[in-house]
Amino acid sequence: MKRRKFDLAATPGKAAVGVDDRFQVATPLRRLLNKVFPDHWSFLLGEIALFSFVVLLLTGVFLTFFFEPAMTEVVYDGSYAPLQGTPMSAAYASSLDISFDVRGGLVMRQMHHWSALLFMAAIVVHMLRVFFTGAFRKPRETNWIIGSLLFWVGFLAGFTGYSLPDDGLSGTGLRIASAIMLSIPVIGSWLTSSIFGGEFPGTIIISRFFIAHVLLIPALLVALISVHLGLVFKQKHTQWPGPGRTNANVVGERFFPRYAIKQGGFFMVVFGVIALMGGLFQINPIWLFGPYEAWVVSAASQPDWYVMFLDGSTRLMPAWEIPIPIGDGYVIPPLFWPTVVLPGILVGLSTMYPFLEARHLKDRKSHNLLQRPRDVPARTAVGAMAVSFYVVLTLSGANDVIADKFQISLNAMTWAGRIGLLAVPPLAYYITYRLCLGLQQHDREVLAHGVETGIIRRLPDGRFVEVHQPLSSANGHADGHGELEYVGWVVPKKMNRLGALGPAVRGFFYPIEKPVEAPVSPGHPPVEARPEREEIGSGESRR
Amino acid sequence: MTSDNDRRRGLLARLRERPAARSRGRRRLGAAVRLFAALMLAGGAYTVFAPGAQAQDNPPLTGAAAEGKALFDVSCITCHGRNAQGVEGRGPSLIGVGAASVEFQVSSGRMPLARQEAQAHRKPPLFTDEQTRQLAQYIQELGGGPMVPEGDNLHEDANIASGGELFRINCSQCHAFGGGGGALSSGKFAPSLRPATDRQIYAAMLSGPQNMPVFGDNQLRPEQKADIIAYIQETLKHDQDPGGFNLGRYGPSTEGLAIFLVGIVALVFASLWIAGKS
Repeated sequence: MKRRKFDLAATPGKAAVGVDDRFQVATPLRRLLNKVFPDHWSFLLGEIALFSFVVLLLTGVFLTFFFEPAMTEVVYDGSYAPLQGTPMSAAYASSLDISFDVRGGLVMRQMHHWSALLFMAAIVVHMLRVFFTGAFRKPRETNWIIGSLLFWVGFLAGFTGYSLPDDGLSGTGLRIASAIMLSIPVIGSWLTSSIFGGEFPGTIIISRFFIAHVLLIPALLVALISVHLGLVFKQKHTQWPGPGRTNANVVGERFFPRYAIKQGGFFMVVFGVIALMGGLFQINPIWLFGPYEAWVVSAASQPDWYVMFLDGSTRLMPAWEIPIPIGDGYVIPPLFWPTVVLPGILVGLSTMYPFLEARHLKDRKSHNLLQRPRDVPARTAVGAMAVSFYVVLTLSGANDVIADKFQISLNAMTWAGRIGLLAVPPLAYYITYRLCLGLQQHDREVLAHGVETGIIRRLPDGRFVEVHQPLSSANGHADGHGELEYVGWVVPKKMNRLGALGPAVRGFFYPIEKPVEAPVSPGHPPVEARPEREEIGSGESRR
Repeated sequence: MTSDNDRRRGLLARLRERPAARSRGRRRLGAAVRLFAALMLAGGAYTVFAPGAQAQDNPPLTGAAAEGKALFDVSCITCHGRNAQGVEGRGPSLIGVGAASVEFQVSSGRMPLARQEAQAHRKPPLFTDEQTRQLAQYIQELGGGPMVPEGDNLHEDANIASGGELFRINCSQCHAFGGGGGALSSGKFAPSLRPATDRQIYAAMLSGPQNMPVFGDNQLRPEQKADIIAYIQETLKHDQDPGGFNLGRYGPSTEGLAIFLVGIVALVFASLWIAGKS
């Protein structure tokens, strides 16, 4: 028999040629695979959201195999003893089965929930990065709008998912959601009864939310994410200003192979962190909440963190009812303002911000270079204001837990939230603005005079001055200082870090190379250790 | 003259005979003397028959209650007053609160109170079990009231599932689903149930301490109380937390904190590390 020669190294090439012969994909793929991505840690925050979405899809598919989205009443007879014999909905019973009787079900449920929290958290952190660096400016306004929509669609995905197990906590959340919908003038009661199929809670809501949660909303999320990423490819990623980087180029790594491999690794890291949290930290212990009954409400019933700001705004809102004397009389309940009007304003303001800023600054140019937050103090300060507003609302959403665990009066917490909501954002604006100006000023000082060395010199006339290490060689100035222009990137502020922007000693958590020993000046002999001397004392303590 | 005759005729004759012509001064003096005598008589009779300051109209205290009274007079009397009748602005009357209330407040260390504030906190108890029983006995004998049944284990043969349902309906509004407690208005709070013993939970349901409503035997029957105690002691305290570290069982608040402090922090470090590898 003739031995056929098999060359392993040539196989991928041969296969690729075979694929290209049939589909002619080399030309478009080359363009795609050679796409250059700039490398900076803050550009990976959006990837955390993307990867946790992948984990959400994977774990979610697993959960649908065992979840029964029905509100028919069953009597629990699973392995969780304290609920045995309790009547409950099929949805809750199957959630309990996932937690206790399906192999690996609990860790899947917990990973699903943790990755949902992580998805929303990463969206917000990514959004803050985009905002504070001005990456949303022309031509990327569309992507900013899609990103903010992703937050709100994710919000809906989270809320529908939170409602599905039909436990005591999620039923309380649904009750509040139905109250919010009811508070909308004119259409409220029609909206609520069409969603719940009649009066709350009805018998249909879980199946409806299930379809929304596993089909409609994920499809919308996938579509929005695809467009979001497609636009990043099409419009190219923004980059930090620096040597060789201009508004017209992108400096970085090719998409394939290095960038793709790194992203693959980062996906594994995100997956690992979610799996660790799912395995180590208990989330949403539905067996303690019990089945939902309309008369069961627990203390510390909170929504997940990204909805908590609405809970907070509701808690802070004074009970102002607006009666309208039309017909039989009509009342706009106070709940309408913090839970319908406020999110409406937030959606509008956040999506329209790129246009508002461009209009204010009369800026119609395209920007592919990022800005350091300190260089745009007004935007940074507005961002700080928005963040502090959100944080005050979120903390107020948990104010009963904070009041109880830190032994503060709940009434004091509510009033602190009310005053803080009005007082903290302007304060944050002012402080941030001043911080930005101070940082700018220090950058300019270093550029003009050089790095502070810590060496104090006494002049012949008795004055003391600090010696500065100039950033550039003397050019023109009589005192040897040359003023450099600010290019919108990090200015070296420490000695021995000139020329290179990275740390002088390499290594991430600990140095992987020894620092160079300090050179000994010939004029000064090396300092010796202080000789041992006996302390002068009374002599009695020795005894 | 007349005085000599009077002496000779004897006392009776002298009384029977109206003196013929006494002066107005003498008549007035006599009236004053009679009035004084009548008043003395009435006052004396009252003093003899009316109950005095030391009078007892209830049966004398038993030995334990007497011991309890001695403790009360040293440790509690400042705020709850003489005979536990209460002091305005300091402490309420204890007449009718019963042994259950005393047992709850004293055995959990809430009484004696450290200071006047919105609500008493749990502390290491100041009195031994024996002393607590004596105090409870004293208050019980003073005014009656609810009492905790005998025994340390009050949830034998109880139904945990029914207890869980009753707990979620009646208790979790304030004490939260995990029994960790929750905030009430103006600095008041529902305490954590974790350190509570069977007897303390039972006593709290019976007596409704501080802001807790009273769950009398007509609201929650004794066996339902036992079910609730069983759920708290067997399920809430001994839940193995199958999902891992329970984050204090404070619900989504600490979960939100954890995703930022653990998840986001870990992944930001990971992205710093990965981006640094170029």
